[in-house]
Amino acid sequence: MRETLGRILAVVRKEAVQLRRDRLTFGMVFGLPIMQLLLFGYAINQDVRHLPAGVADLAHTQRSRVFVADAAASQVVDVVATARSAEELETLMRQGWISVGIVIPHDFERRVALGREPAAQLLVDGSDPTVLSAALGLARLPVPRDGPGPRAAPAAFEVRSFYNPERRSAVQIVPALIGVILTMTMTLFTAVAIVRERERGNLELLITTPVRTPELMVGKIVPYVLIGLLQVTLIIGAGVLLFDVPVRGALVDVYAAALVFVAATLGLGLLISTLASTQFQAFQLTFFTFLPQILLSGFMFPFDGMPRAAQWLAELLPLTHFIRIIRGILLRGVTLAGIGHELWPLVLFFVASMTLSTLRFRKSLD
Amino acid sequence: MAREPAEPAAPAGGTEPAIRAEGLTCRFGELVAVDHVTLSIPRARIYGFLGPNGSGKTTTIRMLCGLLTPSEGEARVLGRDVPREAESLRRAIGYMTQRFSLYEDLSVRENLEFMGEIYSLPRARRRRRVEALLAEFSLEDRAGQRAGTLSGGQKQRLALAGATIHEPELLFLDEPTSAVDPQSRRDFWESLFALVDGGTTILVSTHYMDEAERCHGLAILDAGRLVAEGSPRELMDGIDAHVIEVETGALRAARAALDSLPTVLSVAQLGTRLHALIDRAEDDPEDRVRGAFEAADVPATIELARASLEDVFVAATRKEAA
Repeated sequence: MRETLGRILAVVRKEAVQLRRDRLTFGMVFGLPIMQLLLFGYAINQDVRHLPAGVADLAHTQRSRVFVADAAASQVVDVVATARSAEELETLMRQGWISVGIVIPHDFERRVALGREPAAQLLVDGSDPTVLSAALGLARLPVPRDGPGPRAAPAAFEVRSFYNPERRSAVQIVPALIGVILTMTMTLFTAVAIVRERERGNLELLITTPVRTPELMVGKIVPYVLIGLLQVTLIIGAGVLLFDVPVRGALVDVYAAALVFVAATLGLGLLISTLASTQFQAFQLTFFTFLPQILLSGFMFPFDGMPRAAQWLAELLPLTHFIRIIRGILLRGVTLAGIGHELWPLVLFFVASMTLSTLRFRKSLD
Repeated sequence: MAREPAEPAAPAGGTEPAIRAEGLTCRFGELVAVDHVTLSIPRARIYGFLGPNGSGKTTTIRMLCGLLTPSEGEARVLGRDVPREAESLRRAIGYMTQRFSLYEDLSVRENLEFMGEIYSLPRARRRRRVEALLAEFSLEDRAGQRAGTLSGGQKQRLALAGATIHEPELLFLDEPTSAVDPQSRRDFWESLFALVDGGTTILVSTHYMDEAERCHGLAILDAGRLVAEGSPRELMDGIDAHVIEVETGALRAARAALDSLPTVLSVAQLGTRLHALIDRAEDDPEDRVRGAFEAADVPATIELARASLEDVFVAATRKEAA
């Protein structure tokens, strides 16, 4: 037992020294999270505002002008053009000048008075899905009314956003980004670390020594677990400082969840390392597993919008569960125990990948 | 051909030979990499595996250290059944791979420290061994240097130091001098003899004749089969052919004349001379060759020569091909 520990420590120490001397990897450990955080935090904004809009006000009444002003005040649209007819708006949209067109017909007043048909018409550029969904919100804009009572009739729905009232994307993206960055770096680092050892012939020697396969694997993994936790700290810190991301749950829970997730991604990395025989193959295989995780995990596209089969597949991916956990802890303030049902799939994934890699490891030597 | 194992003289640690293999066979699908190899290697000796690439040297060594499970046959190494007791065997053996397999991005000292830790040497002994090995292999000046920046000879000394840090009873060296200059090779062999004097048994694979000649015992492997075994002297004395040395100005014509004789097994050129191996069955080989030269009108002097190890190797591997 003491010898086992000694051998694991020997591998850990060796790995740490090598890591420190490998400038590129060392730079990636810290550069990659910061770069991605800035990229995703600032560039990706799913909260669509200020769509360029054109208005064709054919009614020219007091009420129609107030209606257009209300639409602009919502900040969803910026009125950038006025037109004399619906056809003119269509031309502007086709040419890409506007994404949204508001047509107020001649009989606007009569329509409002009767209330039987929509008072105005909204033209939407459906070729862009984000524009479509944003503009649909605009369709619920109430029409200004005369007489006693509230000036505007209440909308059909009252929309309230929980947890992220300002609907800032960064608040949703940064917690999920912890998972994305860990997946990418942890899987890649472990896969490459082992394959490199095989490519350079080190394994050929190690297998003749008393060091056992699990010892070697644990020893190689430990430094990267520490790096993973360091990355978590970095991302949360920058997320709070730069993007005002709230930390509503306990930090201990965040780290505990991250630890389990890191273990699962390292297991995946080890598995890849037993399949790849060159570092280049390891890179390719890592990206092969990385893409579906990015696309299906709910990081980029809403999970509920995916077809059934894709959802089942997504449930197998560690990132899917971690994103739910970390959003829960950071944004909703849930405890780890409270969201434990998302934790055991990660544990299962870790156990399965470790078992498979250990089984495959010896065979891959010849 | 001498098939008896080399003298099991004065075993250092125990009466059992260091290695005993019985009908050891390894198949990879259709390919038979090692074909029923039986051998016995006494302790405190340097034993060589001589053979061309692909003759099964590395595969045999891998089976003997328990890295590969034999398809057939059994082996006992240092009194342990292989591969069943391979785990406990690992502490008692050292292995030096064909290619440098320590860490190029670690320093000489860090590499040795790492190997010491892997073999669970207590701290004090580890320190002592690292210092002793640095001195023994003239690596003290290089202790802080990264292994990747060492010369071929230095790398090889470091590899041997790494493989012997735990003072193994048995050392496997797989073509250790492939990438090394002649002077370094001589130094390397001096180190090996020093280890053997200390009681270590060494199994070395090589395709260099001069290296093979330094071994106490030798097995010639060809296409997975053990085709000759014995000490270099026994092998040379017991060669299963006559060796005729031909000195002539007309090498090409002489060669053609020799090739026309049905009992000539092979002809090799050594500088301005030819070495011809002639079947043992030939009663008077000199007379026969002289006759052939006279018929072809080739001026030459002929002499019955002592077999070199190369002649032994050619005769042994040639017989298998026939």
